[in-house]
Amino acid sequence: MSAGTGWNDVFDFRDYGALLDLVHNSLYAGALLGLVGGLVGVFVVARDLPFAVHGISELSFAGAAAALLLGVNVVVGSLVGSVLAAVLFGVLGVRAKEHNSAIGVLMPFGLGLGVLFLALYQGRSANKFGLLTGQIVAVDDPQLVSLAVIAAVVVAALAVVWRPLLFASLDPELAAARGVPVRVLSPVFMLVLGLAVAMSVQIVGALLVLALLVTPAAAAVRVSASPFLVPVLSVAFAVTAVVGGTLLALGSSIPISPYVTTVSFAIYLACRLVGRVRRPAARAGAPAPAAAHAH
Amino acid sequence: MRPPALRLRGAGLAFGDRRLWSGLDLDVEPGEFVAVLGANGAGKTSLLKVVLGQRPLSAGTIEVAGRPVRRGGRDIGYVPQQRGLEPTTPLRARDFVRLGLDGHRWGPLLPSRRADAAVDRVLAAVGATSYADAPVGRLSGGEQQRLRVAQGIVGDPALLLCDEPLLSLDLHHAQAVSRLVDRCRHDSGAAVLFVTHDINPVLPYVDRVLYLAAGAFRIGPPAEVMTSATLSELYGSPVEVVESGGRLLVVGGAAPSPHPHEEVAT
Repeated sequence: MSAGTGWNDVFDFRDYGALLDLVHNSLYAGALLGLVGGLVGVFVVARDLPFAVHGISELSFAGAAAALLLGVNVVVGSLVGSVLAAVLFGVLGVRAKEHNSAIGVLMPFGLGLGVLFLALYQGRSANKFGLLTGQIVAVDDPQLVSLAVIAAVVVAALAVVWRPLLFASLDPELAAARGVPVRVLSPVFMLVLGLAVAMSVQIVGALLVLALLVTPAAAAVRVSASPFLVPVLSVAFAVTAVVGGTLLALGSSIPISPYVTTVSFAIYLACRLVGRVRRPAARAGAPAPAAAHAH
Repeated sequence: MRPPALRLRGAGLAFGDRRLWSGLDLDVEPGEFVAVLGANGAGKTSLLKVVLGQRPLSAGTIEVAGRPVRRGGRDIGYVPQQRGLEPTTPLRARDFVRLGLDGHRWGPLLPSRRADAAVDRVLAAVGATSYADAPVGRLSGGEQQRLRVAQGIVGDPALLLCDEPLLSLDLHHAQAVSRLVDRCRHDSGAAVLFVTHDINPVLPYVDRVLYLAAGAFRIGPPAEVMTSATLSELYGSPVEVVESGGRLLVVGGAAPSPHPHEEVAT
């Protein structure tokens, strides 16, 4: 295969204007997803929940695959799957440590179910592949509306619980001593996380949800420790990754996800570099305190 | 005249058949420093939970600043033991302290001039102004513990509840934090209830000791409570209090322990 042929497979920007017209719904959906992913990601990182995100996305995939097989709305299917997963993980433990093995048990089961449903499904194979690796096939109006409704619910819920949730994520015992209802906030956040994952599965696919719900926030905390700036940066990074990735993917036959994940990863690398330049190691006389998790 | 910062009347706590303590009468006056000592399992942590409103008494009453306790009450400042914070915690030192003021309130965290003023004041009081804008997760354990004291006093509480705040600090930092707590109670008039397994770092500041052991307790000045006779009577077995180089060591008669106040009796 010559280099020229390979390049043209990846990028072909003739007819770009016409394509853009076809996918403006996808771009709106991507922007919504970036907003939600960036905000939720702040807590995914603060609560050390990337593994839960991965687990929920596999069960969301199983739900979407079941919906495809049964001929019902895929959004509803992925919502049911991820909310079910979030509730299960939520009741199984308050902190990451407690439910990691539960997630490890449920995740492959969900993935297996999803693969089974897809194997039984007789429809277009592009639909099948899309659930795992993302798709750019036009987001239709009803789907965009449902995504917008979910996004509104997630953003509203986060706006209400933001401050006590941040406190509880940082030090649950201290927050409880100050009167924060820690035991209520934990399942509430898992539910919000479930909604966000169900949205993401539609666009980037189940395997790559982490690129939107973890990477942007993980990048943001590398360059700032301001609780006001971190969410803003995280959203900006997530929107850049998903909208930028979509625009790049337009001119190619490759699914959207490699573009989104590459942009996302590039931002993360850049932030690590910036963080290292701005904070050469730790402050003098300030050893990393991470080892002292006394309970 | 201000009501006692903490008032316990006939207070008792039991788990099923197991009685931790009972008949506890205690008035902690504003500005008073009371150390709570005792063997593991004697009910120190449970007492804290009662004061925090996280656990009801089995008997008796409890009031903080003249009011019945309730979960998350504003009259209490809380200083927990040092726990490491992730280096990527998305908070600066000043934001961490601010959580003690309004971290429990619903809604988004937004910049607030009023909160800034209160936070700046306590940061100066604990000598943390120079790292006020540093990421809190990258500060040392001693620096983080200063911030926890600031977090405890930022709401101007009537009672500062300290739960083993010196644990995992080296001697130098333990003394510095003890001094800090002492100064804060003088400046603000808050009473201090200081749960600790080692009285030595706070000994110069302690007005009274509440010693819990074997279902009973003793309250009084350190010179009265921290004696071989009193503690032997309390434990019902020979206990020796040794003074060595200005430090008090409590040694259980049956099993001598080189560590002060640890596993004295079970």
